[in-house]
Amino acid sequence: MAERELKRKPAAAPREEQVIEEAPQTAAQGEKLKAELDDLLDEIDEVLEENAEEFVRNYVQKGGE
Amino acid sequence: MAVAKVCGIETEYGIHHVGGDGNPVASSSLLVNAYVMDLARAGWDFEDETPGNDARGFAREGSMPPEVETHLVNAVLTNGARYYVDHAHPEFSTPECISPLEAVLYDKAGEEVLRRSMLAVGRSLPPGQSIIVYKNNSDSKGNSYGTHENYLMDRAVPFARIAHLITPHFVTRQIFTGAGKVGSETPGAAGRDITFQIAQRSEFFEEEIGLETTLKRPIVNTRDEPHADPQRYRRLHVIVGDANMAEVATFLKMGTTALVLALIEDDGFDGVDLALANPVQAIRQVALDPTLSTAVEMADGRTVTALALQWELYGLARKYAEDRGLDCLGDEIVGQMVLQRWEDVLHGLETDPSQVAGQVDWAAKLQLLEAYRERHGLDWDDSRLAAVDLQYHDLRPERSLFARLDTEHLVKAEDVLAAVTEPPRRTRAYFRGQCLKRWASAVASANWDSLVFDLGTDPLRRVPMMDPLRGTAEHVEELLRECATPAELLTRLSG
Repeated sequence: MAERELKRKPAAAPREEQVIEEAPQTAAQGEKLKAELDDLLDEIDEVLEENAEEFVRNYVQKGGE
Repeated sequence: MAVAKVCGIETEYGIHHVGGDGNPVASSSLLVNAYVMDLARAGWDFEDETPGNDARGFAREGSMPPEVETHLVNAVLTNGARYYVDHAHPEFSTPECISPLEAVLYDKAGEEVLRRSMLAVGRSLPPGQSIIVYKNNSDSKGNSYGTHENYLMDRAVPFARIAHLITPHFVTRQIFTGAGKVGSETPGAAGRDITFQIAQRSEFFEEEIGLETTLKRPIVNTRDEPHADPQRYRRLHVIVGDANMAEVATFLKMGTTALVLALIEDDGFDGVDLALANPVQAIRQVALDPTLSTAVEMADGRTVTALALQWELYGLARKYAEDRGLDCLGDEIVGQMVLQRWEDVLHGLETDPSQVAGQVDWAAKLQLLEAYRERHGLDWDDSRLAAVDLQYHDLRPERSLFARLDTEHLVKAEDVLAAVTEPPRRTRAYFRGQCLKRWASAVASANWDSLVFDLGTDPLRRVPMMDPLRGTAEHVEELLRECATPAELLTRLSG
């Protein structure tokens, strides 16, 4: 109940139209990324460190900050 | 009116020395030295370092910057940045930037500095050795290293008020700032079937507020080290973020945070209190849920998702923008860009996070991991997925998985290359960088708020720079052009 109240979005923005135009563009970009993913996966198979287990195990850092 | 949100990013990079002796401090020194050896630069001046001062009004005794104790390499570059060895990591601190967009530019310039360092050190290491740099925040074995943000604030705003009002943002902004990671590093979490978290660092936070940065990490860090006139300014030191590869993620991290801080300064919350019942628990809960459907409890008993809370903050920010304008984010155009991007990313996240894979690191990484997992039929605990996670952050162009993704750019490649050597024009970093470019041999040392000149004859001369908004190109470009020597500059400055 209370959650619903907080989910209410801010009142209509003056830039609403722009938003509507931009949303599909972002979506299209997402789709494009997905389509390119297959080629990318081929490439990852090539560049991924050969012995993944050893590679990950050897990556040890000291805490910082 | 909120003070200009001058900002910067400090990044501790992960480092792996292939064929090395396993001493990360030595390897980090080799790496940084290889880059700075041939450059015009100055050493760091520790005069004003006080990391033990607490914004709540007390000081921890005997606290010294670690570099003073170990005499590690520590340089100031002509772009106004600081490049050094901090603990066991190479660290790049951007110069003071006037806007979140400029912070993106210098963050990317930092990556370029690290890439050049890898090449430079590669030429001097024995055959079979190399040093590899990762822009991430965890080794997946329980060790975390930081990416810190800094924002200029008005000293008049009580710290307790800042801490109270910024905490809900720090807990929930990870839905677009998180860099994502496979698994969990919290002791005892192994049996809980945690496959993926949206942020690298969230599970390392154990306190709501405090001075520590390396253990019992607090969501709000109280380090009170303004590096500026302490009567007028505060530097809010933020340790709760991830290092971002995606430019839009960095922009949103810096932009939304600067904007919420401006709201705090100017009473833009207008009585709205979004306080959470248990921020430490909430930051971990939010990180654990890539569906973003988890609701966390608020102090007043209501429950709220991170997305809903971000919509609430966005609404307040938009109203603030209409009432006050957004010049404090550099200029109105960048300010409006922050608002628009903020709205877009929240829309994308609530529709389907894969829609923002071009903007948000965790969404990009998760998409990649799921596709790779499906192709090879891997379980989530397969080390190849951990390798994909790690290699997402690899800075070597030939190995970087991030570089292979078609993510959105906000800054031009040629501008990033220029920012490797050129300082920002609208903060004091301009004066620092330009003096180094012209007269590196006469600059004995430098730090954020002063330059020390050695003219060879007189005693050393310190030029204080206590205001981050003075020493800009507008103030000193002509003066610097007119001065043929540093001696002339010092005469003109004291005249």
